[in-house]
Amino acid sequence: MTHATDSAGPWALAWRRFKQDRVALVSLCITAFFLLVMFASYAGLLARNWSAEVAPSYTAPTLQKVTPLANTHEQVGLPQTFTDPPVDISDIDPLTPHYQEWQQLTAQVAKAQAAQATHLFFGADKWGRDVLAKVIKGSEVSMTVGIVAALLSVMIGAVLGALAGYFGGVIDACMEWLYNVLTSLPSILLILAVAAVFSRGFMTIILILGLTGWTGVYRLLRAEYLQHRERTYVRAAEALGASHASRMFRHILPNVSHVLLVQFSMNVVGFIKAEVILSFLGLGVPVDMVSWGTMLAETQEELVIGKWWQLLAAGGSMAILVTAISLFADAVRDALDPKLNE
Amino acid sequence: MNLSAFIIKRLMNMIPTLLGVMLLVFVLFNWVGGDPAYILAGKIGDPKQIANIRHQLGVDRSYWIQLWIFFKQVCTFDFGRSWSTGELVSDVLLSRVGPTLTIMVPVLILETLLATLFALWVSYVRGSLTDRVVMVICTVAMSISFLVYIIVFQWLFGYRLGWFPVQGWADGFLTNLTRYAPLPVMLAVFVSLSPSLRLYRSFVLEEMNHDYVRTARAKGISERAIMLKHVLRNAAIPILTNVGMALPGLFVGSFLLEVFFSIPGLGREVVESVNRSDFPVIKAITVYLAILTMLANLLVDVLYRWVDPRVTFK
Repeated sequence: MTHATDSAGPWALAWRRFKQDRVALVSLCITAFFLLVMFASYAGLLARNWSAEVAPSYTAPTLQKVTPLANTHEQVGLPQTFTDPPVDISDIDPLTPHYQEWQQLTAQVAKAQAAQATHLFFGADKWGRDVLAKVIKGSEVSMTVGIVAALLSVMIGAVLGALAGYFGGVIDACMEWLYNVLTSLPSILLILAVAAVFSRGFMTIILILGLTGWTGVYRLLRAEYLQHRERTYVRAAEALGASHASRMFRHILPNVSHVLLVQFSMNVVGFIKAEVILSFLGLGVPVDMVSWGTMLAETQEELVIGKWWQLLAAGGSMAILVTAISLFADAVRDALDPKLNE
Repeated sequence: MNLSAFIIKRLMNMIPTLLGVMLLVFVLFNWVGGDPAYILAGKIGDPKQIANIRHQLGVDRSYWIQLWIFFKQVCTFDFGRSWSTGELVSDVLLSRVGPTLTIMVPVLILETLLATLFALWVSYVRGSLTDRVVMVICTVAMSISFLVYIIVFQWLFGYRLGWFPVQGWADGFLTNLTRYAPLPVMLAVFVSLSPSLRLYRSFVLEEMNHDYVRTARAKGISERAIMLKHVLRNAAIPILTNVGMALPGLFVGSFLLEVFFSIPGLGREVVESVNRSDFPVIKAITVYLAILTMLANLLVDVLYRWVDPRVTFK
């Protein structure tokens, strides 16, 4: 006879099921890798100098090291030869005394820019910045927006859904009214309407996405709480004198937390996609930051002149992360739903 | 309950929601949005001029009176004039609906037809290599940003191959439909096909597990007839719901498509109004779109009964 503590809990069982799913494990590894890159970028280990000019404009992806500003004149398209000798106007030019000084200053600037040659596996953009570094820095911004906004939306949705489903009555009616109001508008229009009145900024976009994106979580959590509040274990907790808050969040919440996990992953995907679109429309992250959205916004004109690498780098890394999280969410849902496996 | 009683009841239920939408829009634009006089007066900022504008717009009065003005605006379809172009807001809206629908109606029809047909096909060969390959392609296709699709398609078909104009819009409906609409329509259908196909496949598979399918098969009906007559008819109900929920989106179209292809539709109007802080236009579009959404939901519920006689109104 086995001891009671030997039986695995629902999470352990889910993990056992999850481990058998090879696709799920790969997607988990990819997501973890992206998170690692994000934290490394936060800590300054990666892509610290993403905004530095390290190569000539639009250097193509190469496996060799690139020296900065190797052939600037060719790139900028300055005329290489003059037929006439330049006219000497130094007698009448009021700026003559300054030229010497400026030349010295320019020399210093040039020296500062003459950093060591770097690898450019993904080429350089219009301003000679390393696209790979931009993608890493961009993933930091895009993923932060996605994750923090998703956390916010899940928290709002969970609290409101719990209140509505658990208490019912007037509270439920008010929440349902709020839900109906928010869902009677297409989400993108709601986001744009809110974006219209707030100032642009990094925190603003997180707030907008979080404050408008909680309705799906609310809907599901409310339904779960409606079912669970009548269950025997909640009744038992009530009989033992557990308060409303304790019953809602200590007893019921762990039993419905799988819904939150799946919704969280799906919201991260949705918000990363939304950030890209908002940043392209000029309503997202400010211009001094780089995100996948601002990178993609640059690629339209680049593609016309045949510079494809920034599109590939930003679009590709975003697609990989989004696929990984979507597959992860699917696998979590399957692993946590015992009914599917029976 | 008969149909008219059902519709009347549902219309009554819309009133509190609609009031909520109006309150939300009012709070956003009249309270959070700040004083419009400063936006309108721009950099000149003459105090007398600002006071004048404030009086014209009624923002120097109490919030209750402003709310009442807004309420009257919604009821009379009179939002005054656009702050940036001076056009009547109602004229702006009416002239923008046409281009948006020219793009979005073909998109909805094509997408529904194609997604349903593909869903029937992959469900028919479910579990096979074809099915799995199509599903993997769908998952990957869904993960690529819409922005990337637009940029690549516009470059490839408009610029590189030159099959379609890169962007533009004309006056004639037929010119637009045959010349400027095909590329954006193709793009939107291509992008929305993957999520719809995945969803519809699950609807069809759900139906295929039912007893009536087995009965039909036992009676010797051909597989094709089972799929196209029996399964499709039942799977049409959730598909219809999905299409119904997409209906309100028709009117804003795709913001991105309209911006990229310079289509003078509602979506581009919203984006431009947001960038210009043209509040009357955004307010009007938001409120009327909410009304349309609610009416579309009602329409779907009524259509249910037409498709599925088992459904009763309650």
